[in-house]
Amino acid sequence: MLTYILRRVLQAIPVFFGTTFLIYFMVFAMPGDPIAGLFGDKTPNPAVADALRAQFNLDQPFIMQYLLYMKDFFTGNLGVTFSGQQVSDVLARAFPVTLKLVLMAVVLEFILSVVIGLISGLRKGKFFDNISLVVALVLSSVPVFVAMFVAQYFVGIKWGLAPVTVGADTTWGAMFLPAAVIALTVYVTGMRLMRGSVIESRQADYVRTAYAKGLTHKRIVPVHIARNSLIPVITNTAASFGALIAGTTVTEGIFNIPGIGQVLYQAITQSEVPTVVTFVTILTVIYVIVNILVDLLYAVLDPRIRYV
Amino acid sequence: MKVRKAVLAGLAATAVASLVLAGCSSSDDTDSTPTSSTATSGDAMASGGVIRTNGSEPENPLIPTATNETGGGKILDAMFAGLVYYDGTGAAHNDLAESITQVDPTSYEIKIKPDQTFTNGEPVVASSFVDAWNYGALASNAQNSSYFFEDIEGFSYDEDSELTGLTVVDDLTFDVKLNKEASDFPLRLGYSAFYPLPASAFEDMEAFGANPVGNGPYMLAGPDAWQHDVQIELVTNPDYTGERKPANDGLTIVFYATQDAAYADLLAGQVDVIDGIPDSSLQTYEADLGERAVNQPAAIFQSFTIPQSLEHFEGEEGMLRRQALSMAINRDEITDVIFNGTRTPASDFTSPVIDGWSDTLEGAEVLAYNPDEAVKLWAEADAMSPWEGTFQIAYNADGGHDAWVDAVNNSIKNTLGIEASGNPYPTFGEFRTDVTDRTIDTAFRTGWQADYPGLFNFLGPLYATNAGSNDGDYSNADFDALLQQGNTAADAATANGFYQDAQEILLKDLPAVPLWYSNVNGGYAEGVNNVQFGWNSVPLYYEITKG
Repeated sequence: MLTYILRRVLQAIPVFFGTTFLIYFMVFAMPGDPIAGLFGDKTPNPAVADALRAQFNLDQPFIMQYLLYMKDFFTGNLGVTFSGQQVSDVLARAFPVTLKLVLMAVVLEFILSVVIGLISGLRKGKFFDNISLVVALVLSSVPVFVAMFVAQYFVGIKWGLAPVTVGADTTWGAMFLPAAVIALTVYVTGMRLMRGSVIESRQADYVRTAYAKGLTHKRIVPVHIARNSLIPVITNTAASFGALIAGTTVTEGIFNIPGIGQVLYQAITQSEVPTVVTFVTILTVIYVIVNILVDLLYAVLDPRIRYV
Repeated sequence: MKVRKAVLAGLAATAVASLVLAGCSSSDDTDSTPTSSTATSGDAMASGGVIRTNGSEPENPLIPTATNETGGGKILDAMFAGLVYYDGTGAAHNDLAESITQVDPTSYEIKIKPDQTFTNGEPVVASSFVDAWNYGALASNAQNSSYFFEDIEGFSYDEDSELTGLTVVDDLTFDVKLNKEASDFPLRLGYSAFYPLPASAFEDMEAFGANPVGNGPYMLAGPDAWQHDVQIELVTNPDYTGERKPANDGLTIVFYATQDAAYADLLAGQVDVIDGIPDSSLQTYEADLGERAVNQPAAIFQSFTIPQSLEHFEGEEGMLRRQALSMAINRDEITDVIFNGTRTPASDFTSPVIDGWSDTLEGAEVLAYNPDEAVKLWAEADAMSPWEGTFQIAYNADGGHDAWVDAVNNSIKNTLGIEASGNPYPTFGEFRTDVTDRTIDTAFRTGWQADYPGLFNFLGPLYATNAGSNDGDYSNADFDALLQQGNTAADAATANGFYQDAQEILLKDLPAVPLWYSNVNGGYAEGVNNVQFGWNSVPLYYEITKG
């Protein structure tokens, strides 16, 4: 087990350098001059533009820019934005907000998956099962941003049940609506996984044995069926956690949530290399860590899987 | 056994969460700040005095000379007072200035009002201006707005040099000597680049840019008032005695990444005034808001420029082709259908919100749709040298320009019977790079937003020979001479006469083909009063009241 973890962590190192290099290269190769973009329709004075270029190392060749960035990265200096803020400060501000949003979405997703999946699995082919399938199909075929706008318009503006946008008010309550909409658009996979494994477990030998022993339905469902069916749902939820952290840009734009998606979007449109690379690097690291943990979760949850 | 596995599973799941949480140890304090401050702004809303509006995170430090975009400019205009300010019609009035006297067209004597202070208690004196302007102009400070000082004696783009044209006479008086005539110099002084700075700013400009100290109608609500990427909270400055005395208790500018979010907040009454409407709601916002909708021309001029050196667009032939193209475009229909009436067809090279604008200039009929005349002129040009190929207009695809470029091209295609198409660039940066390097070999879209409400600002920087933003390399000695006459005029009315004459030359040569003026589209919530948009499309926040 320990060697397995060690190997996975070592594997993460080339992934780290590979991604930062690729991202840096892509931002560098982005056509157009970020400094010219700063001046809008006006032509910047060459001297002013050169001074700004030197300030952000944009006058260096690509490989030097990358090495300078890496040097700064490992000495804890993540660079500054065009507006003069430390990228680390920006990250520290934006990251907790996104984390909160995604955590809430993932918890809701998990609850929806387990509850609906369990009932569907137990009532296979009955009314509830069919309805939940139809609802799931509808929800998963609606584009996320459409669901967001609809929820914002009705729940926020028309009925006044939730704040329309989040802005400065990044409390759990204010972010419940966007988190719930995210959960509704992603719970379907987990729900179907849960349903499938519940159906499978019901026919398993140990469940039949339990009934034969004379145990009640009330005890068998939570203890024998539900618990063993949770394994694929838990790993699926954990994996969606990583994907959601990196994929909240649309949600954050619509609900004006000051998280990493929004900051990253603005940095990309302004070609702000240090911000983009740092954010993507951090996202990569999180994604890698989450994936390692998910793989380890398998072993913990399912005794049949062992890593050596 | 099973039980222990379940407990382990739970532990592992929490571990996933807490490990990621541990990755950002500062999550606790950053979380608590926004929450508490929202509580206070919520209370203030209840008392009915703090105006909430939309904005965007400043792209530069909040230093007047470093800021050249609206996100930061909006905040600076609220926090600082300059020598003059602009009212809702674009007319300039003295703000801090007691008097601005023209000694001759290149020298001015400026007297400032006594007993003015910055919000840190420092007095506003002549050197507050002189030092701030010198800082903004110094080449090594690389300030985005340094070009505003290029007309002052001693200015250099290439090396650090003092603005020798600025002389402090006494505490409240200073002289300005210009290196060329500029009759509209006093008009420019309301722009944020000319704001004064307190002496303490120069000790640590970086810290000042993060926490600016101004002398204007509003000031920062506290040390944490600027929550980056979230909002900035301003309260009224009790020591401000100028003309822009706020009628409200404060101003909170909420940063929105999308106009959709701002508009949704307006519909729900969570924001009081917005100065942008998302494209998705342009057809419905006037019905949604009724009298609270705002749609009026702004100081933004849109055109497309045909480089002077482009094949078939030189000399006499080029003039005919330019006029033919201009008359082939049905501006009324395009502004109506494509823009839902949120653009106003152009009738000159400036903007209706500028003093001196006219829709009756000689030759302005070239901007009206006239297919017969267009075909005739195009045929005349063809007689000189037959046209072949495709007429193209380059634009940046990230700015929502594709619809109108296609419409303009269709209008040209249908009228003149030639091939016409758009030439999209993925990003604005890439587009401007090609324009600036002169590597572009098609016509391209151009736009101009005025820095101050003067006719010259729409003409000089764009069409004067070798001017900074003369992207098409236009040059006409008669035009230059008329501009110069305007610049040396004794008063604004005479100057505007010369500038109008100069435009009549442009209407013949069409260095850029005028299309339309952008409108400002906005709106305000129920119960909000006295909303007036300034010449620069930003609401005059100090006048707004609610409740």
